[in-house]
Amino acid sequence: MEKKAQTGLIKFFGSGQNALLIIFGIFIMYPFLASNYFIDIAFFFGIYALLGLSLNIVLGEVGLFDLGHAGFYAIGAYTTAILNTKFGIPILVLLPVSALAAALFAYIVCSPVIHLQGDYLLIVTMGMGEIIRLALINNPFDLTGGPNGVFGIDFPSLPGGIVIDSSIEFYFLIWIIVGLSILGLIRLQNSRVGRAWNYIREDEIAAGASGINVKNYKLLAFVLGAALAGVAGNLYATKLMCVSPESFTFWESCLMFCIVLIGGMGSIPGVIIGAAFISLFPEIFRPFAMYRMLIFGSAMMLMMMFRPGGAWPRKRGGPSFTSLLSRARRNDA
Amino acid sequence: MEVVIEQIINGLTIGSFYALIALGYSMVYGVLKLINFAHGDFFTLGSYIGYTVLVFGAAFLTSHCGLWGGIIVAMIIAAICIALVGITVERLAYRPIYPAGRLPAVVSALGASIFLQNAIMVIWGPRYQAYPAELIPNIHLQLGGIHITLLQVVILALSFVLMGVLYYIIQKTLFGAAVRATALDRDTASLMGINFNKVIFFIFTLGPALGAITGVMVGMYYRQISFTMGWNYGLKAFTATILGGIGNLPGAMFGGLILGLLEMFGAAYISAAWKDVFVFLILILVLIFRPTGLFGEKTAEKV
Repeated sequence: MEKKAQTGLIKFFGSGQNALLIIFGIFIMYPFLASNYFIDIAFFFGIYALLGLSLNIVLGEVGLFDLGHAGFYAIGAYTTAILNTKFGIPILVLLPVSALAAALFAYIVCSPVIHLQGDYLLIVTMGMGEIIRLALINNPFDLTGGPNGVFGIDFPSLPGGIVIDSSIEFYFLIWIIVGLSILGLIRLQNSRVGRAWNYIREDEIAAGASGINVKNYKLLAFVLGAALAGVAGNLYATKLMCVSPESFTFWESCLMFCIVLIGGMGSIPGVIIGAAFISLFPEIFRPFAMYRMLIFGSAMMLMMMFRPGGAWPRKRGGPSFTSLLSRARRNDA
Repeated sequence: MEVVIEQIINGLTIGSFYALIALGYSMVYGVLKLINFAHGDFFTLGSYIGYTVLVFGAAFLTSHCGLWGGIIVAMIIAAICIALVGITVERLAYRPIYPAGRLPAVVSALGASIFLQNAIMVIWGPRYQAYPAELIPNIHLQLGGIHITLLQVVILALSFVLMGVLYYIIQKTLFGAAVRATALDRDTASLMGINFNKVIFFIFTLGPALGAITGVMVGMYYRQISFTMGWNYGLKAFTATILGGIGNLPGAMFGGLILGLLEMFGAAYISAAWKDVFVFLILILVLIFRPTGLFGEKTAEKV
């Protein structure tokens, strides 16, 4: 009898549909139960999730070392900030514009360096990220406001006069966008493009020999990753109402790198876990004040000791998320 | 003309700091293919330990060892302490992770870097610390129209001696041959009877010790140190490593010196605010045309 109940429980949680329903329920309920402070933490968790997902395309799917991702994030944020404060273009119109600007920038900058291997690519992307940050500090053409940044960015407004200005509304905005990105990325993972990317990651030369245009697929990963980072930048700018260069340091790129590796390369649920670790861990340990970053550093080392493949590594050839869903449907029928 | 020579000397001084730190990166990278992000923090910690020795031992050192003797004692103590820290970090943070490949080790290295940086902040406090001015010789030299300080001459001389010693150890001694062999092919080297653990021990004591001595020199040169400075120096030194070609020790030395010169001339003749942009642009251009660094050998792609 007891055993039966147990298997029932496993069945209930084990089938993808029910687990998803529970997560969805918690997601809807959360902002009505938590205080504004915790809703804001959940918002920044969402920003990091989006950034992690965007770097995951480059680092996780294709295996390209990108330590300058904060640069694309900065391009998105500053595009929004400058166009909004100078020309008054609404934020949600700027959402795709920021994505396009970051993508275009990635295309231009990465085209000449895409042939570099491993660590050389890492240092070039790092240099690029630093160049962007230093350029923002030096205020070229009086656009970026120097070290102080740009102030007075609007809140996003929906047609019909609804302005998104409370923590709860921002929470839903970011997580709806994260959710849509996840759906798109799952489709991408199982597409021809996703398979080509993974092939390049596993063996670049064999992929090239089988007729995959390695250079173009790598560039596509950079462009898509940058676009998603640009979206994150847009949301970050409108939430804080100001942007400044110190939000886009090399350290931020390192954090994104850690999100992908702590979660598991190429694994979407893993990236969400990694983002949760990076954004929630310092908040949970806030009572320890000075010692919390000591704990954070040790936790990073311990994570890699015990789960070197990440918290939720992607299984090759194993059941993917969608096949779990379809299996659940078959079981129900 | 005099100004140009002064700029060259200033550039070489900064460049030798980068070069000494870059050597630590390059040795670890050559053998383990690991980017040791904690190396910049070894350097900071060395600087702080040198600071503590100089501040608390001021009376004793000046009476027993003289001005230069005190500084040398501070450097030696810092080097020994940081060598111990280096080997400890390797044992605790890196060794358990080698079998899992190189990317998890990057995260672990970043974790170690955060840990060390915040440990320094907890121990010495978040504020800038100033090296005791009365212990640092402040003698100006004038050769023709060129103004330099005695400290700069000493720093340059010491850096070149240290680089020379390391070059000799790596290129001419049997132990250096073991390190180079391990860097080329770890498995074959082990089969030839080279003790891998000894090589690791060697690179994780010598590299951090060099970093610590550099830390003390930077503290004397700029007079003030902060717990976050390792990040910036680490970044520059890593750039120098790549500029010279990863894992290539003479390359790392020249990379550091070239980087220092570029930075100084960029600041003097282009713009002080854009000097780092200039440095990174040069780096990117070099890598576009020479994808394995200035002195890196072209390796064939493995099929």
